[in-house]
Amino acid sequence: MNRHLLSAADLSLEDATLILDTAAELAELTERATVKKLPTLRGRTVVNLFFEDSTRTKTSFELAAKRLSADVINFAAKGSSVSKGETLKDTALTLEAMGSDAVVIRHSWSGAPVNLARIVRGSVVNAGDGTHEHPTQALLDAFTMRQKLGRLEGLKVTIVGDILHSRVARSNVLLLKTLGAEVTLVAPPTLLPTGVDTWPAEVSYDLDAVLPKSDVVMMLRVQRERMGAAYFPSAREYSRRYGLDVDRVRQLQDHTIVMHPGPMVRGMEIASEVADGLRSTIQDQVANGVSVRMAVLYLLLGGSESAIGSEQ
Amino acid sequence: MSSHPSTVIKNVTLYGEGDPVDVLMQDGVIAEIGSGLSGDEEVDATGCLLLPGLVDLHTHLREPGREDAETVDTGTQAAAAGGFTAVHAMANTTPVADTAGVVEQVWRLGQQHGHCDVFPVGAVTVGLEGKEMAELGTMADSAARVRVFSDDGKCVSDASLMRRALEYVKAFDGVIAQHAQEPRLTDGAQMNEGVNSSLLGLTGWPAVAEEAIIARDCLLTGHVGGRLHVCHLSTAGSVELIRWAKGKGWDVTAEVTPHHLLLTDDACCGYDPTFKVNPPLRTQADVDAVREGLADGTIDAVATDHAPHALEDKETEWGAAAMGMTGLETALAVVASTMVETGRLTWRQVADRMSETPARIGRLEGHGRPLAVGEPANVVVVDPAAGWVVDAAAMASRSRNTPFAGHQLQARVKATFLRGSLTAREGKPA
Repeated sequence: MNRHLLSAADLSLEDATLILDTAAELAELTERATVKKLPTLRGRTVVNLFFEDSTRTKTSFELAAKRLSADVINFAAKGSSVSKGETLKDTALTLEAMGSDAVVIRHSWSGAPVNLARIVRGSVVNAGDGTHEHPTQALLDAFTMRQKLGRLEGLKVTIVGDILHSRVARSNVLLLKTLGAEVTLVAPPTLLPTGVDTWPAEVSYDLDAVLPKSDVVMMLRVQRERMGAAYFPSAREYSRRYGLDVDRVRQLQDHTIVMHPGPMVRGMEIASEVADGLRSTIQDQVANGVSVRMAVLYLLLGGSESAIGSEQ
Repeated sequence: MSSHPSTVIKNVTLYGEGDPVDVLMQDGVIAEIGSGLSGDEEVDATGCLLLPGLVDLHTHLREPGREDAETVDTGTQAAAAGGFTAVHAMANTTPVADTAGVVEQVWRLGQQHGHCDVFPVGAVTVGLEGKEMAELGTMADSAARVRVFSDDGKCVSDASLMRRALEYVKAFDGVIAQHAQEPRLTDGAQMNEGVNSSLLGLTGWPAVAEEAIIARDCLLTGHVGGRLHVCHLSTAGSVELIRWAKGKGWDVTAEVTPHHLLLTDDACCGYDPTFKVNPPLRTQADVDAVREGLADGTIDAVATDHAPHALEDKETEWGAAAMGMTGLETALAVVASTMVETGRLTWRQVADRMSETPARIGRLEGHGRPLAVGEPANVVVVDPAAGWVVDAAAMASRSRNTPFAGHQLQARVKATFLRGSLTAREGKPA
C-alpha cells in the first residue's frame, strides 16, 4: 500500500483486495461484538479536514476512526475555494505541527489532496476532491457489489448520470477496472467528459438498451443547477430519458442490484419506490462505508499486523 | 575619439554563420566589424554567435500594482539576462494601462532602470472590461509611442468592438494583439480540455475556444483591412487558421510562447500549479504543429508571455492558483533546444523570429536591426554549445514560477548589450 489514498488508480489489485478483505473481517468483528471498539489505532490521531460540507462522509470517517480507537479531530475549514489558497497550506502546516497521523480531506478543488500530501508527513486520504475522485466511495461500492453478488470479476456495472462532474464515477471506473468488472457509462452526451472514449469503460446514451444486461445499476445524483448551464433541457426530460423508475426496473435481471452514492434526488434520477425497493443497496452502502474506511485507516496507519489485534 | 568607453566583441560569428569576426561598439552603435579590432573593454566570444537583441512582444512586468511579483526593474533585468533588449509590457496592471498617464509611467520606469527598453502595450478597452474603447490615439501620441494594443488576459470578445478597434488603430499604424479566448466556452476553465482534464476532473479549456476567435478576427481583419496580431497561439487548428488567413493576404501575425513549444498538458497531472497557464498547455500534436508553424513562418514570432506570480498565488490548490509562468530567462534556450537543435530553425531564423519580426510587428525603430555598421548596438552574444539546467532560485525575475526548473536546456546568453552598454553577462544581469 502507498502511504496515501489519493486516487483509486493508486490501488493495485492486491491492495484493493486486501482492503475489501480487511473490511469484511472488521465488519464481522464489530457486528459480533457488544462493544464495537477495537484498540488498533489507540494513540493515533486522525484529522477530518472538510473544506466542503458532507455530513455523511465526515460521519462515516469519524465513526471508522473512533471504532479503531483513534483520536479524531474534526477540523472545519471553510471558504478556501474563495480567492487565495493560503488556507490549505497554513492548515496543513498547523496539522503538521500538531502531529496528526492521518488527514482525511474533502475539498471542492480537484487535486487538493495531492497538494496536501506534498506538505504533510502523515497519510492523506482523499474523501472527495472537486470533480476528480472519491476513492473510498468506490471501495465501499465494490465491497457492496461483492457482498451482494459474490464476485467482482466479470460483473457488468452500469453507472448512470452526471459522469462529467462525478468524482464517484471516476473512482469507480478506475477501481472496477482493476478489480475486473466491466463498466458501462450512461449519460446524455453533454454530461460525458471529452476523452471518455479513452476510459476503460463502454459508453452509451441509451439507458434502456443497457439495463437488461446489467448486474449492477449505479445511479448518480444530477444537480438541478446543471440545467441552468444547458446540459439538459429540464428535470422532467432528464428523468424520462435517464431516470430509474418503476417501469425501467422491470427490465432488470432478478439478481441485479440498484446502488446510489447519495445524496439522492428522489423523483429525478431515481424513483422513491426504486430507492426503497428490495434491489436497493443504498442503506448497505452507508453501513459498508464505515467498514471500508476502517480498513483504509487501519492499513494506512496500523501496518501489517492483524486487524483483530491481541486484546480481544 | 569619443568620451564613452568602447567595447569589442572578439571572435564572434554573426548569426552563427561564416567566419568569426570582431564587432566594435561605440557611442551606442556598431562602429566597426572586422578582425584584430580593439576597444576599452573586450568580450571573448570564441565559439559564440551574435544576434540582434531579442524583442519580446508579450511580457508582464506587473508594475504598477503587483510589485511583490515583479517590477519594471526586476523584470527588465530578467529580460536582459535572457538576451532581450526590448520588451512589450502588457496592459493588465493595476491600474490598467489604458491611459497615456499609465503607459508613460511604465515607459519612463524602463528608461530610468536602463536594463532593457520597455514599450508599453495599451489596453484596447477601458479597464480591460471589453465595453468601451480606451483612448488608443492618445496613448499612441504619448511619450510611450504605443503601437501594440491588447486586453491580454481577457479576450476582446465583442465582435463589433473588435472590428472598430481594428479599424481605429489604422490611423496610427497600430496593431490589435488579441488574447483569443471565447469566454462562454471557457467559463471556469482550468486546463486544456482533453484526456487529461477528464481524468483530473479539471474544467476544460477547449481548443475551439481559441480557434473560433482567431477565425472571426481574421475575417474581421480581412473585412476592414486592419492589422491583427494573435497572442500566444497554442493549438494545431490555430496554426491552420493563420496559414489560411495569410494565404488570403490579410495582415495577420501570430506568436507562440516557449512553453507551448516544449510542454504538454501531461505536465498538469501532478496538480502542480506551476503548469497552470492561459492558454493552457496542449497536447503533443499541438506542440508538433506550433513547432512546424514557427519553422515555416506561419507563426511569425516567439513571445514569452512572461507572467511572474508571487509564491502564495502559485503554492495553492490548482483551482485557486494564478495562471501564468515566467519565461524571459529561458526563452532563447527553449527555442534553441526545441527548434535549432532539432534542425527546424537556423540561428539566422531565430534572429528573425525573436528579434526582427517582433520589432517590426511592434513598429520599433531601434531594435531588430541588421548586424551592420551604423546600426544600434542592441545585440546578444549566445553560446550555442553551453548546456545548462534551469534553477528557479537562480532567476533574476522576482518570481520563481518557471515551468522549466530542472530541465536541461541548450544555449546560454553570454552577454547582452543595450546601445553598447553591457546589461547581462553569463545569464545574469550585469
